[in-house]
Amino acid sequence: MAYPKADSRKSTGPGKIVLSEADLHRVVDRIAHQILEKTSGATGTVLLGIPTRGVPLARRLAARIHAFEGIDVPVGALDITLYRDDLRLHATRALGKTELPGDGIDGRRVILVDDVLFSGRTVRAALDAISDVGRPSSVQLAVLVDRGHRELPIRADYVGKNIPTALTESVRVSLAETDGGGDEVRLTGGEPS
Amino acid sequence: MIKHLRSAADLDADTATLILDTAGEMAALAGREVKKLPTLRGRTVVNLFYEDSTRTRISFEAAAKRLSADVINFSAKGSSVSKGESLKDTALTLQAMGADAVVIRHPASGAPHRLSSWVEGSVINAGDGTHEHPTQALLDAYTMRSSLGKIQGLRVAIVGDVLHSRVARSNVLLLTTLGAEITLVGPPTLIPVDIAAALSPATKVSYDLDSVLPVMDVVMMLRVQTERMQDSYFPSAREYSRRYGLDVPRMRKLPEHAIVMHPGPMNRGMEIAPEVADSSRSTIVEQVANGVSARMAVLYLLLGGKA
Repeated sequence: MAYPKADSRKSTGPGKIVLSEADLHRVVDRIAHQILEKTSGATGTVLLGIPTRGVPLARRLAARIHAFEGIDVPVGALDITLYRDDLRLHATRALGKTELPGDGIDGRRVILVDDVLFSGRTVRAALDAISDVGRPSSVQLAVLVDRGHRELPIRADYVGKNIPTALTESVRVSLAETDGGGDEVRLTGGEPS
Repeated sequence: MIKHLRSAADLDADTATLILDTAGEMAALAGREVKKLPTLRGRTVVNLFYEDSTRTRISFEAAAKRLSADVINFSAKGSSVSKGESLKDTALTLQAMGADAVVIRHPASGAPHRLSSWVEGSVINAGDGTHEHPTQALLDAYTMRSSLGKIQGLRVAIVGDVLHSRVARSNVLLLTTLGAEITLVGPPTLIPVDIAAALSPATKVSYDLDSVLPVMDVVMMLRVQTERMQDSYFPSAREYSRRYGLDVPRMRKLPEHAIVMHPGPMNRGMEIAPEVADSSRSTIVEQVANGVSARMAVLYLLLGGKA
């Protein structure tokens, strides 16, 4: 199957597009601005992406922050597989990469970056993982999509888009770096429309 | 994922690569302040050692503890019950204790296979007789990959008492699966003619160490087991050392990038000269450190998911 052009992508794949490529880029730009604003110029800040898709998102945020203000924010990856509370419910998962910035995270403001905020359990695991690799001065959370249905008292500091969903639906984020093709967020499943 | 690790032959190339990749992530833990992961909390790992061992037992214990598993060390030394019975009785005891994994070292080849039919948990072979020692092969493969960047196409000489070496058997199986070319080197009495073909048809045999060294990427020296020295496999320790020991002149014949490995414990001055063991080409200390990472990877992949 040939890759569809950007303007014809609405007709491909199941479900409906909730963020197009252009929307997604605008959202990343906005979060980058919000981070700059809320952290007074992103000083002492480290972006940690949660694999798989949090990592390219963190890199994009750093690139946008650089483009807007010329500031280099250290970017890393934090795999949380070994801290999950549902390991026994599934077949063994392969590990993602953990790569911390050279100067570490001690005393820094860590901004965790993930694609979708759902139950909050991934973030809970990430908080445990962070406390094992260092002691940041504070931890914030940036997500591309907040789909609700939290099971833990966790909220995001930066939200790309709030998407009300049913539990039967799933949110599928595609990024060029991890999924090939273009960027989009799609909502699938649930009631047949 | 597989349930047991009884033989290096249990691993296909994808699974072996997954273990090595996982070991790479586990290795990052060694550099952290908190060397502990909550992953196997509430799981029980039993170290069942019917033979003396320092590094393997400690390595497994450290690996299990770093993953937060509960570790029970069971040393069967001094047991008066005959081997077959005691192993089964022990297995039933372990079963009753709810062991999630049993790490077994046993002087009888095949003991882990028997054990795996009696217990419900995973069985990990930590060395059985002259048969296999798969986690040693995994840590050796991991060491090669981190030193030389790859395993595919590497030329590896395994030198010494291949006949009695479980390390050699597991390494031949695993490294062949991962695409390395193995040459077994040693006196004819310690390399049965059919062993290479039986393990893997691509394996070569040589009785002349000096002729193979110039083309090798890895030389793995096996320990000369002192209990074999009386058994007339070779005329004298000195003669063995002169023909098959890795000394400095021999090490110079190796290509610039080649590494020297030894599973330990070494007989310095016998199969390996002290200057070689302590040289920058030697990965012997790294191998011990990598052992913990490789065993953490195995424990995680066998026990980390749904049973």
